[in-house]
Amino acid sequence: MVDSAFAPFAELVPEASEETAPFWDGLAAGELRLQHCPACGSYQHPAESFCYACGSTDVAWEAVHGHGAVYSFIVVHQPYHAAFRDRLPYVVATVQLDEGPRMLGPIFDIDPAAVAIGMRVQPRIEPVSADRAALFFAPEG
Amino acid sequence: MKGFSHRYCIVGVGQTPYGKVPGMSQLAHNVLAIRAAMADAGLTTNEVDGVLTKAPTSTFPMLWAPKVAEALRITPRVTGTLDQAGASNIGLIQYAISCLELGQANYIAISYGDNPRSGTRSTYARPRGDDALAGVFGAPSSYAMVARRHMYEYGTTHEQLANVAMTHRYHASMNPNAVFQDPITMDDYEHSRFVAEPFRLLDCCPVSDGGAAYIVTTEERAKDLAKAPVYVEGIGQGHPAWDFFRRDQLATSGAKVSGEGAFRTAGLGPEDIDFCEIYDCFTIVPLITLEEYGFCAKGEGGSLYEDGQTRLGGRLPVNTSGGLLSETGMPGTQLVVEAVRQLRGEGGPRQVAGAEVGLVSQQGGIMTTHSTMIVTKG
Ligand SMILES: [Zn+2]
Repeated sequence: MVDSAFAPFAELVPEASEETAPFWDGLAAGELRLQHCPACGSYQHPAESFCYACGSTDVAWEAVHGHGAVYSFIVVHQPYHAAFRDRLPYVVATVQLDEGPRMLGPIFDIDPAAVAIGMRVQPRIEPVSADRAALFFAPEG
Repeated sequence: MKGFSHRYCIVGVGQTPYGKVPGMSQLAHNVLAIRAAMADAGLTTNEVDGVLTKAPTSTFPMLWAPKVAEALRITPRVTGTLDQAGASNIGLIQYAISCLELGQANYIAISYGDNPRSGTRSTYARPRGDDALAGVFGAPSSYAMVARRHMYEYGTTHEQLANVAMTHRYHASMNPNAVFQDPITMDDYEHSRFVAEPFRLLDCCPVSDGGAAYIVTTEERAKDLAKAPVYVEGIGQGHPAWDFFRRDQLATSGAKVSGEGAFRTAGLGPEDIDFCEIYDCFTIVPLITLEEYGFCAKGEGGSLYEDGQTRLGGRLPVNTSGGLLSETGMPGTQLVVEAVRQLRGEGGPRQVAGAEVGLVSQQGGIMTTHSTMIVTKG
């Protein structure tokens, strides 16, 4: 079921490539999946056909819990796209995932004054269309 | 410059109008800036045999430098377009000097020109790939993320960011070429609207049309030209390269490595610099850059501004023409032009007294690339 509040985000979902399709399919299935390299143990995002850390082309996909800490954040006041207009001002965080990669994502439904560097967050996955979902973050817990 | 058999000089500088300049194409800004630089040096298109360009930002045409050469009616021995975004215009001087050292050209013109304000500004306005869904659109959001981290790690304050905007604007108030010439106060800053906190509008440079260019040649050839040469004493590059949010340290830049290269090749140190022209697309950038160069301890860049040391008359005037924030929101070529004018004593009311050694800093992307140049009166 797509919450109508999230439907406008559908047009911002990029076209999936051979490399990135598992990421988007994972979100559609309600989980965060990252590429994992069995050879060196590192996780990476965005996806590629090889491991950035060691060059191995034997990369696999794993569902991860995706919790992490806010490394930095901003409060956006400009409506660059209609999908965000009703949410202004909104917080966007650089999140340091426990698995290693950093990701960018909005934290909606929170008072910007309550956000701080170091705050623990977890994925918030919202369906935006029949077969696509978007990744946001929310306070842990 | 250490390691080269000759000394190399900037012998002519030129520009087109800055700001909103309808009726001038990207090509016109490049060609007319180069023609102005040639006239400044007393050179003609018969003598200039190298054309190097930074690609325009608003669109990315292929084979751009040959096109600029054609529009000057030059068939160059040396040409090329560098893609280091805002750091390109010093990197191009490094490549020009390498070509001159190898005897492959005599006079090399370097230019940037674009019309993102009057033409298409698609590059500036378009959400970038996956980042669009993250709600991060363009440079202000990314640099604001850097600024927040610097404030967290070092205690940098909003007032210190405001002082960058106010200082550069004060200098622009003495520059008839500047897009913004009206001085601003702390009250103006605090009343400018938020764009992406911690940034307000006055933390961000404008998007401007304009072109700027310079001519590089050997010391021997420079002696016969119209104006006193400005010597390229040192150059360095250093590139963090990774997408900003994946870097180990977000509140740093390539200035440390590129600055070390420039100081080493010049045989000079921060204590020898009389003034700086620093890439200031956002207020946080000069603070980080000055820190990384060693003009102050890490985290103390804001104090340099608050104490007035970076104002004209202070220990280290910074961005004497107003910089990207106030003179023109272009990717850095104009900073080299201003450094040359200062060393020639052409600064008018904004002239740095006794200016003999200047430093120019450029960086591109989200502090993805960085280049540094030290220039002197010789
Ligand atoms: Zn690996």
